[in-house]
Amino acid sequence: MPYLEVRDVHKTFATPRGATHVLGGASLALDDGEFVAIVGYSGSGKTTLISLIAGLLAPDAGEVVLDGRPVREPGPERGIVFQQYSLLPWLTAHDNVALAVDAVDAARPAAERRRRTDELMTLVGLASAAGKRPRELSGGMRQRVAVARGLAMRPKVLLMDEPFSALDALTRATLQDELLRIWGERRSTVVLVTNDVDEAILLADRIYPMTPGPGAVLGPPIEVGLPRPRQRRHMSLEPAYQKVRHQIVDFLRACRRGGA
Amino acid sequence: MTPSRLSRVVLPLLGLTVVLLVWTALSQTVAPDIPSPVRTWQESRRYVLEPFFKDGELNQGILRLAYYSLIRVGKGFALALLIGTPIGFMLGLSRTFHETFDPIIQFLRPISPLAWLPLGLVIFRQSEPAAVFTIALCAMWPTVINTAAGVRSISQDYLNVGRVLKLSRFTMLRKIIVPATLPYVFTGYRLSLGLAWLVIVASEMLTGTPGVGGFLWQEYNSLVYSHIILSVITIGAIGFLLDRLMGVVEARVKAG
Repeated sequence: MPYLEVRDVHKTFATPRGATHVLGGASLALDDGEFVAIVGYSGSGKTTLISLIAGLLAPDAGEVVLDGRPVREPGPERGIVFQQYSLLPWLTAHDNVALAVDAVDAARPAAERRRRTDELMTLVGLASAAGKRPRELSGGMRQRVAVARGLAMRPKVLLMDEPFSALDALTRATLQDELLRIWGERRSTVVLVTNDVDEAILLADRIYPMTPGPGAVLGPPIEVGLPRPRQRRHMSLEPAYQKVRHQIVDFLRACRRGGA
Repeated sequence: MTPSRLSRVVLPLLGLTVVLLVWTALSQTVAPDIPSPVRTWQESRRYVLEPFFKDGELNQGILRLAYYSLIRVGKGFALALLIGTPIGFMLGLSRTFHETFDPIIQFLRPISPLAWLPLGLVIFRQSEPAAVFTIALCAMWPTVINTAAGVRSISQDYLNVGRVLKLSRFTMLRKIIVPATLPYVFTGYRLSLGLAWLVIVASEMLTGTPGVGGFLWQEYNSLVYSHIILSVITIGAIGFLLDRLMGVVEARVKAG
């Protein structure tokens, strides 16, 4: 039985201009310690899917099961890194992370929680900027804080909703490398949503392409199969990389043609 | 001279000159009972140059009178914040509370201070608490409305952070809802203070309590029209300063 399973979830939103059918029976499964990416065009329903897994939204039909238990509400065991960072602007970078550490490790002594917050800041390379407010930080630094906060929740699965899409290409590459390093150290279970095929191949074990909505579903998963630890520089030259890339792009293009 | 200095110093002075000229012209033509700027100054100079003298209950230096008014406004304003802020938060947080009390609030809000004051006098039988009561009742609405609007406009993103972390209601309030609402709350406070200062004049005029408004009404009854103008100018100047002061506080809160 898979660790995290999304079973045939449907979601329709009521809008002033009528109902919008976003998800039409999306399913996915992943094992403990796996890194899975969901790739699709903007607006196809990726954020909706990740909100369903997080429990921030409830599906109209179908269910999400984590570690044998159905998901009914949000909780820190499904830590989330939001697309827009969602840092609290009145708290320093350190305090944003501490909020999560204090909530999740409430039973542990204050000194230990403080030490853990500091460790997380160091892990994401922000120890020296810990006292700054989000607006004093660059986009890349803000997203590092958000990643540290996500990890602070001690999640069974870390959900990342297009975490790097708002960053410039150079910063994005740096953060992808950082994420690769952190994941290499911790082997957390991760679901990453992205519209960047190369990002998905670089980071994930398995990739689910998402059909463009309305009524989006996930296509058959594509195994990446590239050895770890991965190096960005050499990867794109490997035949396996090219093969996976073509599979994904062909699938998404075929869906779009079929849909349009 | 740089253009910015021209517009910041010279143009306002020009505006002031125009107003003084119009005032002079009016006092010499259509409104002969209104003293000219020069006469107003001559008859008011003692009140301005010895601003803290005290000859009697309502014959005192203008700043001493203003001080009484400010104390009264301070009490009414503090009461308005103490009552208005929690009501605003409850309106914003609870749909039931909102649906229960919002119609009443919309109904009470436009009632003039002149209407509340007699009720205050009936309840408290003294002019001082009645004035404070009236100020609080009239001044609290912007605080109530802005706080409620602030709570309702908190970004869903921030609330989602709290939901994912499963924060307790109290932590949610302390770490997310209150800080997110604070800029709106202080906009409410600034508007409330402006209203409190508007109400003070009316309530002092009606109760005859010592203060700028009380002085103004007494001088009207004594036919000393130059002192009415002195009071009006004082009321305007203090209102302007209060607004600026709260503007600074508000800006600091918004800057975090």
